[in-house]
Order: sequence, then C-alpha cells, then structure tokens
Amino acid sequence: MTEMTGAEMVIAALADQGVEHIFGYPGGAVLPIYDAIFQQDRVNHILVRHEQGAVHAAEGYARSTGKVGTVLVTSGPGATNAVTGLTDALCDSIPLVVITGQVPTHLIGNDAFQECDTVGITRPCTKYNYLVKNIADLPRALHEAFHIAASGRPGPVVVDIPKDIQFAKGSYFKPKEFLHKGYRPKVKGDLDKIKEAIDMMAAAKRPLFYTGGGVVNSGRAACDLLRELVKLTGFPITSTLMGLGAFPAADKQWLGMLGMHGTWEANWSMHDCDLMIAVGARFDDRITGRLDAFSPGSKKIHIDIDPSSINKNVKADVAIVGDCAHVLEDMVRLWRASAAIPDKKALQAWWDQIGTWRAKNSLAFRNSNEIIKPQYAIQRLYELTKDRDTYITTEVGQHQMWAAQFYQFQEPNRWMTSGGLGTMGYGLPASIGVQLAHPNSLVVDIAGEASVLMTMQEISTAVQYDLPVKIFILNNQYMGMVRQWQELLHGKRYSHSYTEALPDFVKLAEAYHAHGIRCTHPGELDEKIREMIDVKKPVLFDCVVDPAENCFPMIPSGRAHNEMLLGDAATRVEDAVTEAGKVMV
Amino acid sequence: MNTAATTHYPAMTTAEQVETRTLCVLVDNEPGVLARVIGLFAGRGYNIDSLTVSETEHEKHLSRITVVTRGTPMVIEQIKNQLDRLVPVHRVVDLTSGGPALQRELAMVKVRGKGEHRVEALRLADAFRARVIDASPESFVFEITGASDKIDSFINLMLPLGLVEVSRTGVVAISRGPDGM
Repeated sequence: MTEMTGAEMVIAALADQGVEHIFGYPGGAVLPIYDAIFQQDRVNHILVRHEQGAVHAAEGYARSTGKVGTVLVTSGPGATNAVTGLTDALCDSIPLVVITGQVPTHLIGNDAFQECDTVGITRPCTKYNYLVKNIADLPRALHEAFHIAASGRPGPVVVDIPKDIQFAKGSYFKPKEFLHKGYRPKVKGDLDKIKEAIDMMAAAKRPLFYTGGGVVNSGRAACDLLRELVKLTGFPITSTLMGLGAFPAADKQWLGMLGMHGTWEANWSMHDCDLMIAVGARFDDRITGRLDAFSPGSKKIHIDIDPSSINKNVKADVAIVGDCAHVLEDMVRLWRASAAIPDKKALQAWWDQIGTWRAKNSLAFRNSNEIIKPQYAIQRLYELTKDRDTYITTEVGQHQMWAAQFYQFQEPNRWMTSGGLGTMGYGLPASIGVQLAHPNSLVVDIAGEASVLMTMQEISTAVQYDLPVKIFILNNQYMGMVRQWQELLHGKRYSHSYTEALPDFVKLAEAYHAHGIRCTHPGELDEKIREMIDVKKPVLFDCVVDPAENCFPMIPSGRAHNEMLLGDAATRVEDAVTEAGKVMV
Repeated sequence: MNTAATTHYPAMTTAEQVETRTLCVLVDNEPGVLARVIGLFAGRGYNIDSLTVSETEHEKHLSRITVVTRGTPMVIEQIKNQLDRLVPVHRVVDLTSGGPALQRELAMVKVRGKGEHRVEALRLADAFRARVIDASPESFVFEITGASDKIDSFINLMLPLGLVEVSRTGVVAISRGPDGM
C-alpha cells in the first residue's frame, strides 16, 4: 500500500498493467492526470487530434498485439466523442480501458460545464463501466477494468473519474481478488458436447469450418490449433471478415471469405454443407443472408465464449460455450484419439463439388490499361508488400470489401477493420495504433477518399510521432458502397453519394508535413507503390480508380447464399432485388 | 413489408408461441445495476410486464430482481443469456420453466364511497382476504396479496364501487421446495 493521489493511481495502475502507450486528449476534467503523466516516464502518452481517433488508435493497437488498448479523455465532449469508438470496440470485441475525466463529485447532476452522464451514455456501448466516487474504490476499479476488458469475450470498459477524486489522496494497491463474484467467463468447453461434435465431424459428408474474429481474439494458440484441426480433418474452411488471417489464405483448404461479398465457393459451401462447424463466429446478418434459407440442410456446431451468441440468429445443434483455444485443443486431442475415420469418398466428392464452384472464379474482374481498377490496385499492393512484415487496416465501404477479397492474409492480427459497426474513419487512426505497436513494420490503411476524410486530422498525429503509416486511398470520388446500392436499388439516383469538392490529397499531405503521391494510370502503379513503401514518412497515396466499379460477388438483400450475383451478372442485378429487400440494406 | 421470405432479418421467431416467463436475477447491489438490467430490456426491445427489486442479502450486497417478461422461446433464451453476461449479475433463474414456483404481488387499493357501495366494498374485501389498513368516513385503503390475477379480479370488482387508485408492488417469486436459487 502506497499513499498517492488519484491521478497518480491512474499512472500506477496503467504501469502495473504493463501499459506502454495511452492515446488521449487533455481537458479540464483530466488535468490532474495529465499533470501526473508529465512527471513520469513509465507510460507514454500519444496526443491525438480527436477523441474518436484515440479510441480507434487504441483498437488498432489492441487488435494487432492482443493486449488491452488504453485511452484517456476529458469529461463531456471528450467522453461523447469517444462513444463511436467504444461502440466499435464492443461490436468487434476489442479489449479497451477508456479513462474519462468527470466534473467534481459535488457537481455531478448539476449540469456543470463539460458535464455529461458518461456512465449513462456509455452503458450500452461498453462491456462494463465505472463511476468512481470514492478514492478508496479507484485502485480496484482500474485493475478490474483491465480484467473485464481482456477476459471472456473482450470489450471496452470505461472508468469515469471525477476531478476531485483525481486530487484526493488514498492508498494504492493491486487487488488480489475480483469483487464481482458473478463474473466468471467459462473458458473450458463441455467435454461431452465436444465428443458429440467430434462424432458428427467424423460422420460428415459435406463438412465446413466457418470461423470468425473469436479465433483471432483467443490468440495465437487458437489459430495454430485451428490450422491443426483443419489439416487433420481435411475439411474446407471459410471465414468472416473479422476472422481473416486465423487460417492462411494461401492454403488449398481455404475457400476465401464468406458473406455478402464473399466468394462463390465459400457461400455455396455454406449453403450446401451437411455439417457446419462455427468457431468464434456469430451468424451476423451480413453472413447469413436470408435466414430461413440459410444452410438449410446442415447440422450446426457452434463454439463461442459468449452464450448469448449461441441460438441468437441460427439454432445450433451442438452448442459449446468456451474459449476457442481450449475447445480446439480438446477437439484436436479427441479427433486424434478417436478411431472414427472420415468418409474419404464423400469428402472427395465434396471437394470435387467445391472445385466446380471455384472454377467460377468469382473474384474475376475486367482489368484495364487505361484506368486503375480498385481490385488491381489491391492486387499490386499485395504483391509488393507480401514479403514484408505488413499490417493492413481499412476504412469502411467498397475498398474494405476489395481489401478483404484481394489482400491475402496468412497470419492473424494483421488485419484491422471495423466489422460489426462499420465505422468510416476507423482505418487511419487504427493504423497509428498499429504502427506504434510495430514500429519497424509496414502499416497500410487501405482507405476510401470519403471514409478517410472523417478522421483525416489524425495524419497530424502520425507526423508528430514519426509514425510512417501509408494511407492508400482508392479514390473513386464516390461513397462507393452507397453509390453501388443506389445503382442497384434506387434507380441510379445517386443521392448525395458523390463528393463534389474533394481536397487535393497530395497538397493535403504536404500541408500536414506528410508525403503525398498521386497515381492515375495502371502503368505507374507499381513504381508509385514502391515509392510509398520506401518513404520513411506518413504517406497519403491518392490512387485514382475507376469511379463506376462495383463490388462483386454480392448477395443482394433478401436473398440466400445460393442466389449470389457475379460481376458479369451485374446487368441483371436490378431484377434480383425484391421490394422488401430494399429496406434491409 | 418485411415478410419472412424476402428480407435479411426474417421474423423467424414470430412463428413460435409467445410465452410469459418470470425470471429471478441475483445481482451485486451497486450503483447503476438496475439501469443495466432495464437498459438491456429497452435497448434490445424485450418486454417488461412487471419488475421488482430490493436488496435481499445485506452483508453480501446482493439484490434480487424479479422480472416478468414475454417472448418466444428463442427470445427468452436470449434474455437469459444477455442478463447472465452482465458483469454484476450472479445468477439468472427462470421460475416458470424451472419447476414449481410461487408468485405473489401486494397491492394497496383505495376506494371511496358511502352507503351501499361502502358496505359492498368491505364485504368483497373480506371475501378476497384483503385487510383494511386505512379508513375514513368515506374511504378505505385495502391491502391485498396474492397472485396477479387475483389482484386483477379484486381491482375490477372495486371499479364500480368507487376505486380511486391502486399501488402494486409487481411480482415477487420463489421456487417451491427446500432448494434456493
């Protein structure tokens, strides 16, 4: 026990939790904590340009390292600006501890300057939150916040600390036991259920692994065990947007991403399989499409650490609640021990069928010698960066889907994207968090020109801290995904999806003291990407692409997996979307 | 417009029967815990028919929330799982599906009247084993406990006899037999 102020306790707890970097923005209600930061060198503070950027940066840091990301913001607008990031982290299960300043306790509820009901506002967008009204409760709240954020299904935790508590003196300690006795996430799966699953897998004729972000969250061990189990069984595997990298894209058992913009083979396999093994995935609506036509002939095994994810959208035949790594470890062990031999003949027939779907070459696009196709740009980016230690973040929209389709992820934690919430403006600040965690790696934000303008000011943060992030903007001058839906669903009435006054991104880069590159022709793409990689500064890369390109394959709203559209079918797309489907975008 | 056959989010569960369930939720008695529970119901569109909450184990700082809710079996399962994953929630017990259970409510019923009506109100109260806890020359306050439908019946009978107002606790419930939750 050491006597110190609340502000000093914040630093002590962060340091004790092994926090190296905290992203933040000062303000009146956190000045004592900033004063404490000034007088120490254990925790490094990164000054962002907007609180939303701080949270996304912390998400990028967390997602690329597996550690808890941390944020420090002031009361009122500081806290409300953080809300988008908190919601994003909750949707994608990213562990964060976000410390917010609050007006002094005697002013709470008094409509004081820069007061807001932070715990009230953040209750539905955090895994848990605290308002610390007594200095004696502060050490416990800080340490518990880290425990809650990182354990079970990870998520963001807010600790709201009134200014008088930051000044108050108390005893700092690291609690030995956790106060919330009711919070005990189940990590070991039920062995009987796992045995049942193994028996079903041994008997399956058309099996399929469907994996998600939970595998990545569970850690490296879970990814290795997944790879081992997929190899052992010889089953095909597909993954959600969030799960990319858990299984190597170069492997022949990999079918590509599934879902609304997934591959033909992945979605048809989902539809026609007789056994689906869902690991750390939550049957999101972008995955399932039309629910009553979702994989109608399959039994479903669902492995998830969060019981509320099971039977939420799709009934599981065997539900295994537990951490992916623990459950997969048992599965690998039991599969090896079981005498059951899979039906080789049936599996071969299944692979043959998948081969015919693959032959469709569903990601094919018509390339051009005149104009840069966005898919081509990502293909070239991949080819020129694949042999480097590369991390990719994205914004949200068409470019995000093309990145998921065309950038080949071989390892987990290399792909940072806003999946659940779909937050435009995520990628640039996230890349800052990633670069900070991996200073010698290449970090590329595959961006759209509309998304990146939402958090563009964070390029200033990158410049300040010499973080050479590469912002690779696929500039089609549209909010591309919005335009695509308007083309397909709203009679080509492009209502407000065209940006008529875009900045000159090269000049903008220069204004921020970053490096700007513009590329308008496919012939100069490779050379300019190499320049981007070689420049040891933050880069804004304005890649001027075909403004009319659409993202295919695509499952239109209201349709099932076996009703997906391919690129060359684009002319028939309007007929394919039903009236009722239009409301489901 | 959103028919099950044509949208991304078919109303899959509406084909199932809607059931009423009584859930008991044991929670840490801490600031904001009730807001978490009812915020969950509001935010996810679940129904609350009745809600009671009070500290039940002072030394352990535990409160018991009894909530009567409605939904299809799949929604009820979601409600239980969503409640269970809240950090301050210790246990969620479904007293409707988990074996025989007792459910009671307490109501205070104020009736105003004179003459025949006043006599009739008193006579009916006696039949329902309602106690008079306050009286004036032209009014009674009755205290009645029982299952919710008994209280509903009593209130309906008081309506023409000069019912002024009702205050009800909402449902509290406990399982039968020797075992605790």
